[in-house]
Amino acid sequence: MDFATVVQILDSMMRLSAPLLLACLAGLFSERAGIFDIGLEGKMLASAFFSAAVAAATGSVWIGMSAGLAASMVLAAVHAVASVTFRGNQLISGVAINFLASGLTAVIGQNWFKLGGRTPSLSGDARFLPIEFPFAESIASVPLLGPVYSELLSGHTLMVYVALAAVPATWWLLFRTRFGLRLRAVGENPEAVDTAGLSVSLLRFQAVLICGLLCGLAGAYLSTGIAAGFIRDMTAGKGFIALAALIFAKWRPGYALYACLLFGLLEAIAIRYQSIEIEGVGTVPLQLMQALPYILTVVILAGFVGKAIPPRAGGEPYVKEI
Amino acid sequence: MKVGLPKWADVVLIPAINLVLAFLVSGLVVLWIGENPLRALLVIIKGSIGSAYGWGYTLYYATNFVFTGLAVAVAFHAKLFNIGGEGQATLGGLGAALVCMSIAWPHWLLAFPAAIIGAMAFGAAWAAVPAYLQARRGSHIVITTIMFNFIANALLVYLLVNVLKAPGQMAPETALFPEGTNLPTAHDMFGWIGVTFPKSPPLNVSFLVALAACVFVWLLVWRTRLGYAIRAFGWSEPAAVYAGISPFRITMITMLISGALAGLMAINTVVGEAERLLIDAVQGAGFVGIAVALMGRSHPFGVFLAALLFGVLYQGGVELEFEMPAVSREMIIVIQALVVLFTGALENMVRMPVARIFQAFGSRSA
Repeated sequence: MDFATVVQILDSMMRLSAPLLLACLAGLFSERAGIFDIGLEGKMLASAFFSAAVAAATGSVWIGMSAGLAASMVLAAVHAVASVTFRGNQLISGVAINFLASGLTAVIGQNWFKLGGRTPSLSGDARFLPIEFPFAESIASVPLLGPVYSELLSGHTLMVYVALAAVPATWWLLFRTRFGLRLRAVGENPEAVDTAGLSVSLLRFQAVLICGLLCGLAGAYLSTGIAAGFIRDMTAGKGFIALAALIFAKWRPGYALYACLLFGLLEAIAIRYQSIEIEGVGTVPLQLMQALPYILTVVILAGFVGKAIPPRAGGEPYVKEI
Repeated sequence: MKVGLPKWADVVLIPAINLVLAFLVSGLVVLWIGENPLRALLVIIKGSIGSAYGWGYTLYYATNFVFTGLAVAVAFHAKLFNIGGEGQATLGGLGAALVCMSIAWPHWLLAFPAAIIGAMAFGAAWAAVPAYLQARRGSHIVITTIMFNFIANALLVYLLVNVLKAPGQMAPETALFPEGTNLPTAHDMFGWIGVTFPKSPPLNVSFLVALAACVFVWLLVWRTRLGYAIRAFGWSEPAAVYAGISPFRITMITMLISGALAGLMAINTVVGEAERLLIDAVQGAGFVGIAVALMGRSHPFGVFLAALLFGVLYQGGVELEFEMPAVSREMIIVIQALVVLFTGALENMVRMPVARIFQAFGSRSA
């Protein structure tokens, strides 16, 4: 494996990690506020569809993305109403949202475009195009530094940089602002927040809507950045990998970056090689690479390698005393 | 706010209102894409229960959903949310297939019980790891069972592509099982008593096993010491511990039963219908089980009715796509989602006002 190949794989890792990272941070906001969200997948899927569909109709990726964000946030609002207002089971609500997105995108897609659930292919302004850094062309020939700068760092679509910027932004918002302190408190000890005279419901609604926004960005990137259009069930488990990454990262923004880069790397390797020979071990099948994020998460959850402790009030509806 | 409702309201009225709401919203979706929802409903009903042929498919689908619905329901009684029916049924398929291909079975009467044991054992084994991790390490069973669904899928693809694929064939599927494992279909069984039934529907003897499973679960949950322990554990873990019930034991046993039930689905699809092991033999039935268990209030009779309803929807959905091309099959997934949403997550939305109405009337009559 030469240097150029390594750079190519890392480049593809950056591209594939971005949607995971956005969805993972989305889940982080929701779960830190005490609302479990297994509906990341559904929200991404809804956004991916509406982004691509509206971008195809209007020719503008920005209008498309707005539609995608709106769709994702509507589903987030349904989740919030079910789990905060009506104190329903958050896991069941998440399951329902995943089904709803999977079914609705297929039904509406077939009805609008008659392409078997696909949207028309997007091109030009209807897609997020790569952003070339200054001097990327001219530095490319410099050994080592050149390929790293021009391939690995430059030439991604906007959303990759947004995802990377979202990590410190999330950290700052959660750990350095008053809103963040309250949001984390509501996930650990809602009674205390209530006693302080703050609305538990309002804080949780805000957290779930931020989650919808970030899932929306992830979905928009999938169908208008990585791919050139929507295909049925195109999230293909990415929402669950993001959920796995969230547990892997122990609900912390910095670790979320590493977890998503790791899972993105696994995906990049699985795409490039059908099977991998490791000396002394034998062939590692493609399917093992694909299953590895899930296996690693179970191992982490089992607590054999560092224990992952979720927010204390996670999954429990808050009943205000009257 | 747990307001006392009469039992009939809890068991019949509220699920009925939830179901009506789910169908109303589904109707709006159909209306929005420019079709007549009442006509769609008629097509679904006619296509699913309007003919012996339709019934043959409806009950075939219902058989799957009874197994996966019971699997979720049993776990619900212990307050465990087994979302891994999909993976357990996948492994059940593997177990049943290995049994069917192991020897040249002389007769289905011998092969069938063996396949049942194989499917149950593999399904239970796949549920055992998440159960153990929940009971001993406190790992959230919802997350681990989701992860195990994906791992099961990867495992099956690997085995079918690299190990079990029939030689000289492109598609990743096993060879057809030996003839001695082929189960009697509804056509055969009705033939024994001289009644003609169409040949093509895949309804087979597994349906009777599904009925037996309903009775078994009812006996288990409400008529045995173990069932009592499961329910006590589900209601209150501290109380169960105080009564000398071991949480570890109950979590393990409940999940093993749940996984075995989900795995049993394979005797209907893999042994009964496909007669070989394919990729994605489960086709989402594991998830339908969640909707079925919620709608059926985790009671075997309720699960049976709900499974029947979803059988109607799945078979009717096929006909719907045929008759009304504007409404694609996935409309069924939308309905399923709305049923889960209204009966599961938004239950209090209906329960609170209904309880208030009952209270108002109760105080007037008193």
